Amino acid sequence: MKVKLTIWRQKNPDSKGQFITYPVDVVNGEMSMLECLDVLNETLMGRGEEPVAFEHDCREGICGSCGFMINGIAHGPLPATTVCQLTMRHFKDGDELVLEPWRSRSFPLVKDLVVDRRSFDRIIQAGGYVSVSTGNAPDGNAIPVGKEIADRAMDAAACIGCGACVAACPNGSAALFTGAKIAHLGILPQGKPEQDRRAVRMVAQMNVEGFGSCTNIGECTGVCPKEIPLEEIARMNRDYLLGAWRERGNVVTAIAPVTDWNFGEK
Amino acid sequence: MSTAVAGQRENRTPSFWQSTNGKKAVMAVTGAILFLFVVGHLAGNLQVFEGPAKINAYGHFLRTIGEILWAIRIILIVCVVLHIVATVQLALLNWKTRPVGYSRKKAINSSYADRTMYWSGPIVLAFVIFHLLQFTAGYIHPESQFIDGDIYHNIVAGFSVWWVSAWYIFSLLLLGFHMRHGLWSMFQSLGLNHPRHTPVLKQAALWITIVIVAGYISIPIGVLAGWVR
Amino acid sequence: MGKVTAMMNLDARIPTGPIEEAWDSARFEMKLVNPANKRRHSLIVVGSGLAGASASATLGELGYNVKCFCFQDSPRRAHSIAAQGGINAAKNYQNDGDSIYRLFYDTVKGGDFRAREGNVYRLAQNSVHIIDQCVAQGVPFAREYGGSLDNRSFGGAQVSRTFYARGQTGQQLLLGAYQALERQVDTGQVTMIPRTEMLDLVVIDGQARGIVARNLITGKLTVHLAEAVILATGGYGNVYYLSTNAKGSNATAIWRAHRRGALFANPCFTQIHPTCIPVSGDYQSKLTLMSESLRNDGRIWVPKQKGDKRPPNEIPEDERDYYLERRYPSFGNLVPRDVASRNAKAICDEGRGVGETGLGVYLDLSDAIARLGVETIRERYGNLFDMYQRITDEDPYKVPMRIYPAIHYTMGGLWVDYQLQSNVPGLFVLGEANFSDHGANRLGASALMQGLSDGYFIIPYTVGNYLASTKLSKVTASHPEAQAALASTQQGVAKLLAIRGKRTVDSFHRELGKIMWDDCGMSRNAAGLKEAIGKIRALREEFWQNLNVTGSGDDLNQSLEKAGRVADFLELGELLCIDALERNESCGGHFREEYQTPDGEAQRDDEHFSYVAAWGYTGAGKPWDLTKEPLEFAYVHPSQRSYK
Repeated sequence: MKVKLTIWRQKNPDSKGQFITYPVDVVNGEMSMLECLDVLNETLMGRGEEPVAFEHDCREGICGSCGFMINGIAHGPLPATTVCQLTMRHFKDGDELVLEPWRSRSFPLVKDLVVDRRSFDRIIQAGGYVSVSTGNAPDGNAIPVGKEIADRAMDAAACIGCGACVAACPNGSAALFTGAKIAHLGILPQGKPEQDRRAVRMVAQMNVEGFGSCTNIGECTGVCPKEIPLEEIARMNRDYLLGAWRERGNVVTAIAPVTDWNFGEK
Repeated sequence: MSTAVAGQRENRTPSFWQSTNGKKAVMAVTGAILFLFVVGHLAGNLQVFEGPAKINAYGHFLRTIGEILWAIRIILIVCVVLHIVATVQLALLNWKTRPVGYSRKKAINSSYADRTMYWSGPIVLAFVIFHLLQFTAGYIHPESQFIDGDIYHNIVAGFSVWWVSAWYIFSLLLLGFHMRHGLWSMFQSLGLNHPRHTPVLKQAALWITIVIVAGYISIPIGVLAGWVR
Repeated sequence: MGKVTAMMNLDARIPTGPIEEAWDSARFEMKLVNPANKRRHSLIVVGSGLAGASASATLGELGYNVKCFCFQDSPRRAHSIAAQGGINAAKNYQNDGDSIYRLFYDTVKGGDFRAREGNVYRLAQNSVHIIDQCVAQGVPFAREYGGSLDNRSFGGAQVSRTFYARGQTGQQLLLGAYQALERQVDTGQVTMIPRTEMLDLVVIDGQARGIVARNLITGKLTVHLAEAVILATGGYGNVYYLSTNAKGSNATAIWRAHRRGALFANPCFTQIHPTCIPVSGDYQSKLTLMSESLRNDGRIWVPKQKGDKRPPNEIPEDERDYYLERRYPSFGNLVPRDVASRNAKAICDEGRGVGETGLGVYLDLSDAIARLGVETIRERYGNLFDMYQRITDEDPYKVPMRIYPAIHYTMGGLWVDYQLQSNVPGLFVLGEANFSDHGANRLGASALMQGLSDGYFIIPYTVGNYLASTKLSKVTASHPEAQAALASTQQGVAKLLAIRGKRTVDSFHRELGKIMWDDCGMSRNAAGLKEAIGKIRALREEFWQNLNVTGSGDDLNQSLEKAGRVADFLELGELLCIDALERNESCGGHFREEYQTPDGEAQRDDEHFSYVAAWGYTGAGKPWDLTKEPLEFAYVHPSQRSYK
């Protein structure tokens, strides 16, 4: 079968981008969306053109590197699937697929379909951890954690940080990503001592990064490859409300967002 | 909470009100209060079906508790203002989050009501203003005379005008959309959720909304149909 | 110049005395860095997977100044994230007779007696601390209703000692380490440098003092200096092109360090994972693993008849050959990976393979579904089943899965001593990037264990010992050796861009992979290996004449990145075959057809090959130097491995 890929091409953040349409032969339905791009890139390079830059690594749906919009849906039409696992059998001969990068001011564009998601790392830096240095741990079974609690925590912890939630949200909100980490650690007894501080700091960072507000409509969870539920956002709101009250006496700071790629190099 | 500069953490951090989450919590609380008003107001107005004496007595009663009525009015005004200021500020922020828009974007998981809050809200606001001018202040009262204190007359006369009723019904339907999202969303914004309760709540929001909207709409329909005259 | 020449006597610095006390006494004898002095030391960690992230976090907690590099956009993307099944620990929570000694024993035996006893014992000891540390970090391990940690069993062991978090154990452990790392980034102890790739090692006065790294966004090459360099960059499985590794996984960091003098040990010890989704076409870019944990509840079979094309559900029970259960009654479907893989290949070579290509066997969970119910199976393997269905469009709840072996892990890597230091002073190597703990075959759920043991519990001590006991001169980026390394890296990048030939990087890589898989894959023989070496040399020749890299070197250029990595694979592949040719025995993942027992099992030759083969680089196109580190077994006596 043949498909047309209409892809956003943009050399760098400062240049003007545009859509370019490329016809691609799909060998069989088991081919993934990214393998389709591989085939296209081989062709482009054969013609001396620059290949399409796209982010990818594990190609088994867990690293969270890949992701772009396909016909207006983050990660494409198949639920709970990253683009690396999206096989071409879900499309028909002659389909036109519009591939567009995540669009958010908190994910500045790098090149073609590649964006900068370091804002997510900074949200984790702000408090997405349990402050326990190596060597401090009691025996693994010292604190019992009920199966249901462990399962709930795992539901939230399954987030792969791909950014689809932000990309799909009409408001560009990072509530699902932030909520998932706050919920994962807040649910577990190990995360309780820092629950308030974590929520307040992570929410502050999320706001400083310039993400939009959550209007509880659920577009994020609809595209989430790991189907992180909307209730993680409620969990964040609860922890934040309680935390903001209990931590009202404490100073909260945030990390200045960085968008350049200069690491002290001359 | 205050802000400070320390090491590489230096940005000013948003206060409760400045944070998107804080604003949403304020919207939830104010929305809940406004919802209570919507229920109470309906309960009062449905007395129109019991005849002029009953509803005019109710109106009279409200005027006898002037200070309390004003207290309630002030609370409601504050709620409306906060609700609106928060929304407007969030909307302005949200429009800025995507400087380059998508060439195409499909909604796959949200309902119509979820996505129409931004304009169901302003229309409802316009309606509320019109409604107050019509029935409370009496400034707008097309095709009849506003009689201060004769609520029954004002209702019947007001709704006898077809376009007043149509505007009323249209606005109430939008209020319904607004409440259908808002009624469960407020719980989400305040973090009051549970995997078992939340689906029930969503259903309940729908049915409560239907009952309330039906209740309100029954009044102009009753007038137009001649059941209330 | 800027390079360490291989020493002839490798001192592995394994402590003497009883093995149970060896690590304790080694730690006691190590010199310490005063807490106040730690902040005066700077360290470079390359890689942010389990080993790199845990090392960076822990060294940051101790107060060192750490720079951590990763080529991905975020440290959380490292390929440790894809490990599915679990992590071993000798906790004996199941009361089934496990102990540190048993884990040690199983690992040495599973590695077919080609690992160092001392290292493995320490790994088993650390395993229990790893679980504790990860639980404290909030890793949501599976739990029993009563709140205690749950375990599952895994290949190569008869006890249940594998801790897991659904089918995403690697993800959860990595996120634990990543979060600990981000906490140190926040305190300023660790500087995270993402999207930056190490392209050379800076060696000054015989000591590793830094790296040359390329910023993948700006293309800028920079010298980063430190007092020690820690490589935690993973394995080299992608030399086979198709593997379960991530597309970005590469050997460039360790290979460039090798070219600066670090010895490469046992490159031919590669692991083939028995349970992957079979290849479906030429465009295929990678292979997807189905966790080995499926073998717990799954039964592997093929039709008894050759060329039986009936759908699996129509083949009656008595016409099925459960060949692992038949051949290995005591371990059954849970034989170690190398044994399971080899058997699958043998069966397919007989013509009894299933699926369109005939390269596949059934992994059937229908008995377990009948016994435990769909819900239990969904809970245990739901995400794996979903993944399988997404890729193949077949429902594993109804039809047996088809699986085939694929390259998965590389036991070989840079040679390190007991302190995880390579033969280049100041160069430490952790995790899959080193060769140390798994011998010739790694047991399932042991890679996560090793990465975290190295990062959380070994390097923090040994790097301190190095810093406290070594005189390090002050150096700056203008040092002639640093500048020379920078200049040669610049030339290397420019050379790749200047070829402007006809073939893409991927086409070279794919061809290399095919040579490697055909002649140096699941089974190897001398003739094939010699041929492969010739073919690789010719391919390398062509690569440098006919490579086509479009674009420039001063922005994000993914084919340029790949080109550098494939150039290194083209050298590493040759060494891998040379090592395989040199090792005239079969052991673990290295199966030489000439050396097998009458019933087709691997035949070791302990008399001649009980050593670590450490190869030294002598220059482009020149033969490698082989140094042998003899292996001694004082506790687990080498025997013919039997899982019958």
